Amino acid sequence: MTTIESFTPVWACIVSLLAVIPIVFLGKSPNLREGSTFVAGFIKLALVVSMLPTILSGTTIEYTLWEIVPNLKIAFRVDGLGMLFGLVASSLWILTSLYSIGYMRGLKEHSQTRFYAFFAVSLSATIGVAFSANLFTLYLFYEMLSLATYPLVTHHQDKEARTGGRTYLTYLLSTSIGFVLPALIYVFIKTGSSLDFSSNGFLEGHIGSSEAVILLLLLTFGFAKCGLMPFHSWLPGAMVAPTPVSALLHAVAVVKVGVFCILRVDTGVFGIEYLITENLGAIISWIAAFTIVVSSLIALTQDNLKRRLAFSTVGQLSYIILGVSLLTPQGLTGSMMHISMHAFGKITLFFCAGAIFQATGKKYISEMVGLGNRMPITMIAFFIGSISVIGLPLGGGFWSKFYLLWGTVSGGHFAMLIVLLISSFLNAAYFFPIAFKAFFCKPEESLFEKKFQEAHPCSVIALSVTAIASIALFIYPEPFFSLAEMAASVYLNSN
Amino acid sequence: MLESLSPSFNYWIYVIIMMIGLYAMISKNNFVKKLIGMSIFQTAIILFYVSISVKEGSTIPILYHDQIHPEHGEHHEDGQGDHHQALDTLAKEHHDSHADHGDAAAGSHYPDLVIKPDDFSNPLPHVLMLTAIVVGVSTLGVGLAITQKLYGEFGSIEESEILDTIKSSND
Amino acid sequence: MIDQAPALILLIPFLASIIVALVGFRFRAVCYPLVLLGMAGSVWASIVTLLSVLEGGVIRYHLGGWEPPFGIELRIDGLNALVVVVVSSVSLLAAIYSKRTVLAENGDKVSQFYSLFLLLATGLLGMVLTGDAFNLYVLIEIAALTSYALIAMGPKRATLAAYKYVIMGTIGASFYLLGVGYLYIKTGSLNMVDIQEQLVARDLAGSPAIMVSFILITVGVWIKMAFFPLHAWLPNAYCFSPTTSSCILAPLVTKVMVYVMVRMMLTVYGAEYTFAHLEWSRIIVWMAVLAILAGSISALGQTNLRKMLSFLIIAEVGYMVGGVWLAEEMGMVGSIYHIISDAFMTLCVFLFAGIIISKTGKTDLNALDGMFKKMPLTMVGFLAGAFSLIGIPPTAGFFSKWYLIQGGINSGRWEYVVALLISSLINAVLFFRIIEIAYFGVKPAEGHDHHHSDGHDKISEAPLSQLIPLLGTGVLLLVIGLYNKDIVAVISDFLSSSNLGSGIR
Repeated sequence: MTTIESFTPVWACIVSLLAVIPIVFLGKSPNLREGSTFVAGFIKLALVVSMLPTILSGTTIEYTLWEIVPNLKIAFRVDGLGMLFGLVASSLWILTSLYSIGYMRGLKEHSQTRFYAFFAVSLSATIGVAFSANLFTLYLFYEMLSLATYPLVTHHQDKEARTGGRTYLTYLLSTSIGFVLPALIYVFIKTGSSLDFSSNGFLEGHIGSSEAVILLLLLTFGFAKCGLMPFHSWLPGAMVAPTPVSALLHAVAVVKVGVFCILRVDTGVFGIEYLITENLGAIISWIAAFTIVVSSLIALTQDNLKRRLAFSTVGQLSYIILGVSLLTPQGLTGSMMHISMHAFGKITLFFCAGAIFQATGKKYISEMVGLGNRMPITMIAFFIGSISVIGLPLGGGFWSKFYLLWGTVSGGHFAMLIVLLISSFLNAAYFFPIAFKAFFCKPEESLFEKKFQEAHPCSVIALSVTAIASIALFIYPEPFFSLAEMAASVYLNSN
Repeated sequence: MLESLSPSFNYWIYVIIMMIGLYAMISKNNFVKKLIGMSIFQTAIILFYVSISVKEGSTIPILYHDQIHPEHGEHHEDGQGDHHQALDTLAKEHHDSHADHGDAAAGSHYPDLVIKPDDFSNPLPHVLMLTAIVVGVSTLGVGLAITQKLYGEFGSIEESEILDTIKSSND
Repeated sequence: MIDQAPALILLIPFLASIIVALVGFRFRAVCYPLVLLGMAGSVWASIVTLLSVLEGGVIRYHLGGWEPPFGIELRIDGLNALVVVVVSSVSLLAAIYSKRTVLAENGDKVSQFYSLFLLLATGLLGMVLTGDAFNLYVLIEIAALTSYALIAMGPKRATLAAYKYVIMGTIGASFYLLGVGYLYIKTGSLNMVDIQEQLVARDLAGSPAIMVSFILITVGVWIKMAFFPLHAWLPNAYCFSPTTSSCILAPLVTKVMVYVMVRMMLTVYGAEYTFAHLEWSRIIVWMAVLAILAGSISALGQTNLRKMLSFLIIAEVGYMVGGVWLAEEMGMVGSIYHIISDAFMTLCVFLFAGIIISKTGKTDLNALDGMFKKMPLTMVGFLAGAFSLIGIPPTAGFFSKWYLIQGGINSGRWEYVVALLISSLINAVLFFRIIEIAYFGVKPAEGHDHHHSDGHDKISEAPLSQLIPLLGTGVLLLVIGLYNKDIVAVISDFLSSSNLGSGIR
């Protein structure tokens, strides 16, 4: 495997950080401000895409920025997995920005400049996580993301936001300082290495089996952004955020960063082979299975649409973690693909939830009976998003779920197969009634008049695009499929 | 018992005095009494330092006139001019030794002069204690000034009364 | 001129203090520029000294030309060259800040205040530079006497706090003096390096007198640095003093005393005696753990901003004492690095507290109501300090924790690691409580109120003389964090030259 050195990943990371300057200074004229967000977004996407052919040809791109502690560097490295995640994040940023314009202006939110500025910072941190070359750099950007999203989550600055923000930070900071930091330092001491991710891990031979179990648990629960139970409560709590933030949080920035970190730890720090020899996959997969089932059951009971989506996210994230812990090539491919597929599906659902709130002010599912009459585009998009997240054909999610199921079979984990099937059934049970009741209720039950009234056009465009993308990914799941398959083969065939 | 204590009785005495001072600093209610305790405490340390410089049968480390000039000393016992001259020589010698970086050069100028360290008590602790006394006095001064300020502000120098005043103003 | 730089570090502020005392009576306006000039000169001289130490190794400057061990020498190696730069620059930043607050708080005693301020800086710088154990006592007392006066200049309760500080401080200094006395009896020397040579040459490691002197000196220094449970004097003293006084006292006094402890342990007694001969490492690390927890938990209960920060200082002292006593190289590196970073973080948060107090006139946390709207730049400066105290990368505080935790793991002291992590989390709670008040307001709106009234939220920033030092400190915290490798290299050089290896298991 060849490696080239290039500054491009660093640019891709900091371009949105630099965008903060024009955003803050152009705060007085909203159009220019949002304009600069878009410019930065497109530059970012272009930079990421420009690296895609190189990565697809099997080359990795590296750049070392700064040696900060003796032996520890702030370094960037783009490989298949990082590219996959970077691509999802940078493309969805543009759509989310488009959607935010509609949402924020439609609702006349305050402090929009602050909102866009921190949005840009969060994206920088996300891309930083995606492209970091070692555990230390990863941790750095992970913490940056926790702090940069705090003002976004608490945007409303009311009592509810304060409570939500408190939960958010309590969970994220206490786990990252309490679990990840000591584990990080311990690994650094034990290996004496630079903590660089390598395709077959670097822990093997440095630690004993009991240490390996403890480290794995510390690092898995420590990256609490992945929403693994029992450290998931921040996610429903963070629902106080404006919907574009929730969308970004759930589809791209925060939760996916969490699972991405776990993927990195399992593949790059421990190494799949080492996990197989120590039989560590089982621990993680049972925790993930538990989370999947319980969160799906909780989601069924939620009447608040955003909260139902939040619990659905908790479950879907554990699919990804489960996929890695199967330790089979198909499982690994499926879990990586699920990062992107779920991102497009879930962001559509959140966009829809936001659009409904924006147009009607309704937050509860029981109030949405007959909504299809009034907001047909939104509800069709919602239906498509549901299909994709459940994993039915015609939605991109089908492919990732297909690979996940294949992974359970090929690895002989039949218990996990059952878990996945039950969960899919539950997914359908909590998603379909929403779309169904919106369209096919009796006229006298309908709470809405038959009058076409959609949300702000920007929002509608954004949610239509993500919905179409979800279908398109079923027909043509590239480049995510190739990237995931390539990365999986790298992690499994390296020795 | 007493015999085992006697060789180091100076330590025991300074410790006892120190404890008296410490007791006053901690348990007295009156701020001036506390400061008196503090002075006793510091004095105990000064005593300790001075006591460690003492040797049996030694004297203060000053060279007498007749020790330097035994033959001249008898002739000009009251001679003011000669006294000055002797001081000048001492000063000069001091200057020389300064230039030589403390080389104990007394012997080279006065070959017949023998200085035995055992004859003199160690001057260094005394010098140190001069500084420590100055520090102690200034601490006491600052302490008294603060006490005065306390009296001006609270109208009392009793700790319990002042604490009561603070408590009642908080409620 | 350059050769004399070590002496100039002390002489410039000292002369400036005399001039301020003489001239300031008549021409009050002269004081502030003179103080700035004095401190800037000191910063310059200390940087020159640091550079020449980095280039040419240890500098031994003989005051008055007298050879040690008879004369007093200033002995500057990597360790105190670093610390002296920190002390002088923190004093300079505090001096810049003082422009308005001194006039507002002690308008009738400006020249006295500044004269004491400079003397305090001189004393602290002297403590760092001197290579003579008795001279150190005198300088400790110079710094202490001036700080008593600086604290007593505050309103009512400050006087009482200052009185308690006088009593405690004197006990601490006297213990130190006694300890030096025993050392002198045994070694016949007061020069630090010479004492160490005599201890080795005369094989005094087994002597009970040396052990007594070690205990006395350590306890004395602990009192002065407010090491739990000898900390009782500190919170009130720093909480009620004039804000300018707390801005220079809080960052420096405890940190310089930690330096003195390190110097005593490594240079005077030697690592072998301290760690290998006396087997106290375990118990003292436990004491440090208690200090960290006690300081952090007490801070949780405070509603007064400066009092809360004062308790944090007690916790931070625990970090450093524990780190040194881990008897492990990384822990030692971490502690010394923490002296540097903690000086700036404490300065940062105390400057912030000073700004808030002088702006609002209130001392409790509710004074911060809605500050993100009113004083955004000030809050940005504060965030740098707060994040550093929590330990968020890449601020300086993160890296000191990084090294300290590494030391704890290396030496197998998990209790210390856990205490550090708990304290970080408590710091996070403390500072996010402040951030919440400043961001949401004391009483946030109940529902989704999107139309916030902007009438009373006009931006009114702190004056430049206060903002510049605050933001400067914030930037410095980042710089110290990002360049920690170079600082650590200097510290490691010092540690390898002080023969640490023989004392470490």
